[in-house]
Amino acid sequence: MTTADYERNMVLSSVDYKVLGTRPVRHDGADKVTGRAIYGADFDASGLLHGKILRSPHAHAKILSIDTSKAEALDGVKAVATAKDFPQTGDKSIEMGEDTTKLKWLRDNIMASDKVLYAGHAIAGVAATNPHIAEEALALIEVKYEVLDSVMTTQQSMAEGAPLLHESLTTQELGEDSGIVSNIADHFQHSKGDVKKGFEEADVIVEREYNTAMVHQGYIEPHNGTALWSPDGRLHVWCSTQGSFVVRDSLADLLDIPVSNIRVTPTEIGGGFGGKIPIYVEPVAAILSKKTGTPVKIVMSRKDTFEGSGPTPGSNIKIKLGAKSDGTITAAHAWMAMEAGGYPGSPVGAAAQCVFAAYDIENGLIDGYDVVVNKPKTAPYRAPGAPNAAFGMEQALNELADKLGMDPIELRLKNVAEEGTRRVDGPTFRRIGAREVLEAMRDHPHYQAAKKSGHGRGISIGFWFNIGFDSACNIAVNKDGSINLTEGSTDIGGSRTSIAMHAAEVLGIAVEDVRPSVVDTDTIGFTAVTGGSRTTFATGWAAYEAAQDVKRQSIERAADIWDVDADSLDMEDGIISSKTDSELKMTFKELASQMSDTGGTITGRAAVNPKGVGGSFAGNIVDVSIDDETGKVSIERFTCVQDVGKAIHPSYVEGQMQGGSVQGIGWALNEEYFMNDQGNMANSSLLDYRMPTSLDLPMIDTVIVEVANPGHPFGVRGVGEANIVPPTPAIANAVSDATGNIMTQLPLTPGAVLDSGK
Amino acid sequence: MPAKTHVTTTINGEQVDFLCEPRQSLLECLRDVIGLTGTKEGCNDGNCGACTVNMDGRIVTSCLVLGVEAEGANIETIEGVADGSNLHPLQLAFLENAALQCGICTPGFILSSKALLEQNPNPTEHEIRFWLANNLCRCTGYDKIVRAVQDAAKRMQEA
Repeated sequence: MTTADYERNMVLSSVDYKVLGTRPVRHDGADKVTGRAIYGADFDASGLLHGKILRSPHAHAKILSIDTSKAEALDGVKAVATAKDFPQTGDKSIEMGEDTTKLKWLRDNIMASDKVLYAGHAIAGVAATNPHIAEEALALIEVKYEVLDSVMTTQQSMAEGAPLLHESLTTQELGEDSGIVSNIADHFQHSKGDVKKGFEEADVIVEREYNTAMVHQGYIEPHNGTALWSPDGRLHVWCSTQGSFVVRDSLADLLDIPVSNIRVTPTEIGGGFGGKIPIYVEPVAAILSKKTGTPVKIVMSRKDTFEGSGPTPGSNIKIKLGAKSDGTITAAHAWMAMEAGGYPGSPVGAAAQCVFAAYDIENGLIDGYDVVVNKPKTAPYRAPGAPNAAFGMEQALNELADKLGMDPIELRLKNVAEEGTRRVDGPTFRRIGAREVLEAMRDHPHYQAAKKSGHGRGISIGFWFNIGFDSACNIAVNKDGSINLTEGSTDIGGSRTSIAMHAAEVLGIAVEDVRPSVVDTDTIGFTAVTGGSRTTFATGWAAYEAAQDVKRQSIERAADIWDVDADSLDMEDGIISSKTDSELKMTFKELASQMSDTGGTITGRAAVNPKGVGGSFAGNIVDVSIDDETGKVSIERFTCVQDVGKAIHPSYVEGQMQGGSVQGIGWALNEEYFMNDQGNMANSSLLDYRMPTSLDLPMIDTVIVEVANPGHPFGVRGVGEANIVPPTPAIANAVSDATGNIMTQLPLTPGAVLDSGK
Repeated sequence: MPAKTHVTTTINGEQVDFLCEPRQSLLECLRDVIGLTGTKEGCNDGNCGACTVNMDGRIVTSCLVLGVEAEGANIETIEGVADGSNLHPLQLAFLENAALQCGICTPGFILSSKALLEQNPNPTEHEIRFWLANNLCRCTGYDKIVRAVQDAAKRMQEA
């Protein structure tokens, strides 16, 4: 191994704090390196039964009949559930963490009633004394189908005369029901300025069409859930989820019971990336538990996870850009159609918020199409929709730079969005760090270094808007001056610690003196999903406010003890002191030891729904080499730059940047749902669905840029998602640089790269 | 229900007896029969490495070993890696280098890395990447895992 001649992980920070910006060992770390942490599948309960789910072998079919009698008669089988067991309540719109859906669609996706809309669609659930018997029982369930023609891509689905997935689905055309039955659930538009005039003013125009394949989040832990429907009517669910309250609220709608009858305990979770926001097995386990009176656990297989959960869409994207000869973009049009899967709700809306967001575009038009196809219903995946959009936009920009004879970073800097820029989709930016990210890329030793002979180099930037939403936090002070902090955000990558660091900073105590716990839905106020890069931002903010509440009460207690006015006291670095009397001084720990005599335990609490969300920009510099004979692309060097506002725990921020980058590398080079002629996924194993291994990769260098978000007390923006946006176009641009051919399709398989010149 | 076989094995230095059906994998026996849930299931077909354990000095994906094959074997799982309350240098290095995010792959990575360092106390970056190529991690991008193994190698050599 050679030693790098530059700093591989840089933090460009201008504000210093006591706790924020340090790198403590995470609170749940010891449990996770010793195998003691309890993940969903590890959960056990007295009398536990094991459930399995029968799935459709057909991509599109009518269900004519389901006969479960033989399965029910099998020794060891305790119950069988089908769609008939779900209450058929009236339809309504329901919130699913990051998006909304219709109750009927959610219910039918969890268990098909009249039709199956993708291979892998759930049809029946079985509970048995062990998982093998449950699996044997599945084979005894007889389902009669009428197989229908299927559609696998937006092009097929939008074509005249295409087979219809939903006979009652009419297209929402620019916000109004068109009354036309089709596979297009929605067509929307955003526009700004005069696009026609903008293109007329252009000296140079580029226009191209791009296609990307459906990909999976690829979390290593399959979906799971255990339910116990108690005779008192209370339902308790333990599961790996990104949002325990989403599970609770969805279950209440699906099972038609009040939220107060449901308690969801989030276990440790083995990755999610958006895919563990929706629910799949939990309601089936609940129904089976109701039927048997015992707890039922369902764990998906890997094949179930590919075929029966929610991947992110394949897409068909057309980008047209016009620019003056000096590089000023005069007009831009994006046309994007995305696969929703079997039911409406692709992330094309989010893609539209991101596609042009990095640039100040005077005349812009965005068309978005949400299209149902016979594939699994898509779910969020890390900056959902944005990587698809950027794959087109950021390649088109490089093509434009090429035509203009400009450096691709300079072209982007020439048009970069800044504070006050109004996006084509409407919002006006507050302070953002797009320019700072581009400048850090331009100045990075990687970009400054000559590329090696035969290598290609590509760059790209990407945007994700991030979200706020509800979070709650409680703090109880212990008599030794440590604090117990309870919150409701599933911790997927160290967020317990980043949230605890907010409280430690406010109280001036060591982060080791904070004991954070992620608790169940009976124990904390409503907290939205761990998603949208919101957890450290919003739940961290709740912890900040709860700690302020503790601080205020601590000062009041000290004022009581000293018999002085609370206004005359201050608390700084864990010490309460008088502004006027230097004799009056006590540590937070000393105060804590006197709590019992001064009114009992100090408890702080806060609930927030912060509006000051700050979007995040990320950028990549990538060097690739290409095997002349096979077309295989190797990543030789990779640099990720991201504006995170404030890096609370820089190691875990780097981890997000590196992880997002590598998911993007997999998306770019290997990953796709490979569907055969019958509409079945042909590669539903981790051997054939080829995610990057350690051997496929170099070190992933990072640069943390900190342009403080004015909407957060510590300037936090959120780091989880923007980093997956630039890799696909950056790698495509690098391959184009090496081959001279533009790459219009993902993944960039060896065959696609070899064929690109033809 | 198929007849069960009595299996006598050694797990983390202790003799363990269990009954299993011929179709049950070692992974299932560890988790569901014996109750050692630190070994994780990610794919159940040998491709993700989350269920890696050490069996008679070799690392194996325990989902591809039958429970009955554990007869007479000496097995080490993640629960046996720490020395009492003292974490193994690899465990410390994973924590201090932030080499885990969700943590589901971590037991497998630690078992694999431990076997590597026992054979090759000072591996190169490439040797680490090659050795760990059967352990999938979707969170970290492997960078911090590779660094943690390098750091652990250093700690173990200095010890």
